[in-house]
Amino acid sequence: MKFRVERDVLADAVAWAARSLPARPPAPVLAGLLLKAEEGQLSLSAFDYEVSARVSVDAEIDEEGTVLVSGRLLADISRALPNRPVEISTDGVRVTVVCGSSRFTLHTLPVEEYPALPQMPTASGSVPGEVFAAAVSQVAVAAGRDDTLPVLTGVRIEIEGDTVTLAATDRYRFAVREFLWKPEVPDISAVALVPAKTLLDTAKALTSGDTVSIALAGAGQGEGLIGFEGAGRRTTTRLLEGDLPKYRTLFPTEFASVAVIETAPFVEAVKRVALVAERNTPIRLSFSTGVLTLEAGSSDDAQAVERVDAQLEGDDISIAFNPTFLLDGLSAIDSPVAQLSFTTSTKPALLSGRPAIDTEADDAYKYLIMPVRLSG
Amino acid sequence: MDAFYASVEQASKPSLRGKAVIVGGLGPRGVVATASYEARVHGVHSAMAMAHARRLCPHAAYLIPRFALYRRVSDTVMGLLHELSPLVEPLSLDEAFVDLEAGECGERLRAAAPEAMAAAVRETGERLRADIAAATGLTASVGIAGSKLLAKIGSEAAKPDGLVVIEPGTERAFLGPKPVRTLWGVGPATADHLRRAGITTVAEVAEAGEAELVRLLGRAHGASLYAMAIGHDDRPVVAERDVKSISVEDTFDVDLTDRARVRAEVARLADRCVKRLREAGRSGRTVVLKVRHYDFTTLTRSETLRAPTDDPVVVRETADRLIEAIDTTGGVRLLGVGVAGLADFTQEDLFAQASQASQAIQAGLTGQPDRVGSDARPETRGAAPEERRADTALASAPVPETPAHRWRPGQDVTHEEYGPGWVQGSGVGRVTVRFEVPGGVPGRVRTFPVDDPRLSPSDPLPLVS
Repeated sequence: MKFRVERDVLADAVAWAARSLPARPPAPVLAGLLLKAEEGQLSLSAFDYEVSARVSVDAEIDEEGTVLVSGRLLADISRALPNRPVEISTDGVRVTVVCGSSRFTLHTLPVEEYPALPQMPTASGSVPGEVFAAAVSQVAVAAGRDDTLPVLTGVRIEIEGDTVTLAATDRYRFAVREFLWKPEVPDISAVALVPAKTLLDTAKALTSGDTVSIALAGAGQGEGLIGFEGAGRRTTTRLLEGDLPKYRTLFPTEFASVAVIETAPFVEAVKRVALVAERNTPIRLSFSTGVLTLEAGSSDDAQAVERVDAQLEGDDISIAFNPTFLLDGLSAIDSPVAQLSFTTSTKPALLSGRPAIDTEADDAYKYLIMPVRLSG
Repeated sequence: MDAFYASVEQASKPSLRGKAVIVGGLGPRGVVATASYEARVHGVHSAMAMAHARRLCPHAAYLIPRFALYRRVSDTVMGLLHELSPLVEPLSLDEAFVDLEAGECGERLRAAAPEAMAAAVRETGERLRADIAAATGLTASVGIAGSKLLAKIGSEAAKPDGLVVIEPGTERAFLGPKPVRTLWGVGPATADHLRRAGITTVAEVAEAGEAELVRLLGRAHGASLYAMAIGHDDRPVVAERDVKSISVEDTFDVDLTDRARVRAEVARLADRCVKRLREAGRSGRTVVLKVRHYDFTTLTRSETLRAPTDDPVVVRETADRLIEAIDTTGGVRLLGVGVAGLADFTQEDLFAQASQASQAIQAGLTGQPDRVGSDARPETRGAAPEERRADTALASAPVPETPAHRWRPGQDVTHEEYGPGWVQGSGVGRVTVRFEVPGGVPGRVRTFPVDDPRLSPSDPLPLVS
């Protein structure tokens, strides 16, 4: 095998594929990155039995072939190389990397022991990369991070015709985002639970392309897998088993009061007041006509109070939240104006964004947040 | 307080005055909580296995503890201590340190002439004992000294119904002849260790010197023991100790082997733990499960939640996850559920709230009381007869149904015709009740069928009316 490739192209591709290398490889070959040179293309693949990643880039191929090398080492080397064309060639059981006046000789790993990568399921539809990445990051923020309940570490992807609904919860908040996409079949209907961390990484990595195509395997081949492809990169991820609890009934539909606050000053105030809220002790919000009072801390400790302008329709309400959960939601709505709807101070509150003070809330994104109840 | 639980029982049951009374768990695995002085003569002491006590002192009255009453009496006594000084450090229901200097009597003591000081201190102690006797009808013993250690040892020496003042400068003379076991931190192992080095009394500990003790017992233990032996203890009286965790546990009369039963018990303990947590107005982040196997190997497992909770559903689910990972096939002797990492706020949980709401709706539909919060459910602790029945009938029996009434020795009851009394014993379908009231004369005994509708459980009567 022998090929030449631009240094930046190589470094990007290796860095991305290397992200899917297992931190502690269950088998030595899985620490390897599979390089395949054929038909003017260099493809690099990594696999950790959960996630597979494959990226193809243009290369000048002198001799086709396949080789497996230590991914970690190749990533470090390609990042450090000078900005010159890189030539990679094999010589028996060794690989030589030449770039400018640098020359590296690496050991190869046995290609025949490398497992076959899972097959990419057939594409189900596509969506602009930016839209997908934004939607995923809005929802993944609410996913659980500890493994005691694996279901909660996932993002639920529900496809119903031309609408995709993403949902995630860690039982303290629940984020739901809807967006439109172009399905391959108009009456498609599917549900998948994807590990949130992997989905977030994948969505970010695929923004460079125009569209991301999503491939959800039905019954039969590739069952339990979801694939994403865009910008020459394709990745498959094993799905989580199970499903999120039925959530549509969890979202309240009638509210006793609705508050509307400009997001930026609200976020600033929460951040300031939360400085005295040690270890995520709650921040208390009291809404009355025209004004929102934020308070945190206790009399035994430091205290902080701040007022911001707020519109309130309905009853006055005092409610407390974990400041991190509130800030997560306020940054996720990604809107100049925030709308908070309440039933009571112990029931979930609904956060959504408004493009302006006097417009309707955008209901493509909803962030349900559970309050903190103060004892005594 | 002297033999506190037993004394309360003797005070509220006139027929037991001057008799051996033993309070504790009455099941086959029960343990003595308190023995009256009459029972101690026979060698019965607290923490002894109940079966052992029954062999030593078969004629004693064996009663279940009535914590609600003890707590009420304890509150009265602690109230009297608070009148002496704001600095009161309770050790248990019946023991507390009081920093006399911190209160107004401290000023009075400081104002007194040095030679009158001892008398003033003694008078304060005697008045306290008289006040306690007047308010509760019970005797208390008081130790007064310059440090917590000596005050405590003094009060032990004063028991029963006495007062010991250890004047400054006399500490070593007081401590010297006492056995090493008197000192805190000296249990059977350390005592044995010291005995082999020829040290049996506190005076010998002091003579041995710090270097020798450190060599024998290690740095921390040796140094602290030496300090105690020379009467040196400068720990302050701390009024409020922060509660670090809240927990409940049950020992079962027969080892639990059935998995469903184990999980049901864990759920029940979780509910009870949450009830106590809520009564204390707290919430917690870490749920702790304790399991003692048939062979006494004990393990604890814990899970820390992302946010504090006082939600019975969350605690129950977490405890259930923890028991899920523990093998209990050999049999479980004890289970406990606790909550640590206490806070005073609760992060509401979406799913717990939702499942609670749907449970409430179901309960409403079927007309069953809402079980969430567990208040509605009678306690089944120490369910002796049921345990045995469950065991002989079928190991996989579900949690035993609590019968309408189970009469337990010492329990307060009221009879429509004969008035208030207490259960002396129950069996073969009959229950024997002695009708008498605190401060009265020993009353008569009557026997009824266990299901006599005129007989009902009642609240304890106050000791002093």
